[in-house]
Amino acid sequence: MDVTRNIFSTRTGIIIVGAAIGVLAALLQKWGNPGNMGICVACFDRDITGAVGMHRAEVVQYLRPEILGFVLGSFAAALAFKEFKPRGGSAPLARFILGMTAMIGALVFLGCPWRALLRLAGGDGNALFGMAGLIAGIWAGTLFFKQGYNLGRNNQQSVGTGLLMPLLIAGLLVLRLIYGPVEGQAQSGVLFYSLKGPGAAYAPLAISLAVGLFVGLLAQRSRFCTMGAVRDLLLFKQWHLFSGFVTLLAAALVTNLALGQFNPGFEKQPVAHSMAFWNFAGMVVAGLSFALAGGCPGRQLFMSGEGDSDAGVFVLGMITGAAFSHNFGLASSPAGIGPHGIAAVVVCLAFCLLIGFTNTQRAQA
Amino acid sequence: MSDIVDTRGLSCPQPVLLVMSRIKGLEGGEVQVIVDNEVSRENVSRAAGSQGWEIREELREGEVRLILRR
Repeated sequence: MDVTRNIFSTRTGIIIVGAAIGVLAALLQKWGNPGNMGICVACFDRDITGAVGMHRAEVVQYLRPEILGFVLGSFAAALAFKEFKPRGGSAPLARFILGMTAMIGALVFLGCPWRALLRLAGGDGNALFGMAGLIAGIWAGTLFFKQGYNLGRNNQQSVGTGLLMPLLIAGLLVLRLIYGPVEGQAQSGVLFYSLKGPGAAYAPLAISLAVGLFVGLLAQRSRFCTMGAVRDLLLFKQWHLFSGFVTLLAAALVTNLALGQFNPGFEKQPVAHSMAFWNFAGMVVAGLSFALAGGCPGRQLFMSGEGDSDAGVFVLGMITGAAFSHNFGLASSPAGIGPHGIAAVVVCLAFCLLIGFTNTQRAQA
Repeated sequence: MSDIVDTRGLSCPQPVLLVMSRIKGLEGGEVQVIVDNEVSRENVSRAAGSQGWEIREELREGEVRLILRR
């Protein structure tokens, strides 16, 4: 069995996937998603957190179908290719906390690595600082890896445990279908909806869900990971995942140019602030968290669909982090960082370092 | 007698890190790697292949072993 058996795990495959995500993300903006936010795993997880009432920031509440599609698409692909493998038990609480710190850091910047690329592709210069922070955070993570950092081995889990995340996500999809948005109403059944702000900007359900499923399927096959792209380049000088990462940026840029969505500058960029240092610092925290947890937020969703309950725990940590961010004033807004954003960055960085240092053994292997 | 690297239960990037540290500095020889998932199989094969190692696969007692030779 050689590597080329899976076409999407080849260099050509990962480039095709990066291009598809870049084009579709830019198109989703055209179809209704917020500016430079065709797909943002952190923002969309945060919107879902709001939709189920775990935070009540009125402008960011929407049960984003893209996220549901990511998990369900990956689940379907894993089943179809016999890669659904229930597993878990590798330092779950550490992964939960890393999910929280990743989300809190990302919401100081206002975007996950996917959105950092999309913001760059839309001309948002502030994303340069976020991208620099992301790379710095992942680089710090590689230092831990070089010293023997490891969260330990996972174990086989029951099929039921592996099915929990896909079932949870399917349940959210059912809620979205039963309680769809009602014109002018901030609540529909048990779900909350934004009437203004980014949460009120969304593409039609069928399109969002179809794109989500398609991307979930592609990403499961290709192992697309934005954090892994930078990490593998820094750690192994390996360009494989990075070629998909760069292609996403290029494809989104070209699509934005074609659609008139490219607006270069630093001020008044959509759902962004221009506090350079905190854009950088927020993403240092997020990048380090993703590195220590072994995957970007998208990859964690895809792995949770494959039956990886450690990745599922990370995702639930992100949801909790989003709730904390908006309930306790940690998240930024276009006006700048939140009232407790600085404290959040410091505390989250401290937790990351604690997890990094205490799980590092020089004499491993 | 060849070296054996057991990557079962480890997730990305640990399997590649373990294998790379094992083959680093080796002039040649044989290293066996036990993998338990497709991603590790792909990643280890890609990384070792890029270092000029030939990869053969064997199924032994239900385990996939990558036999790296150079």
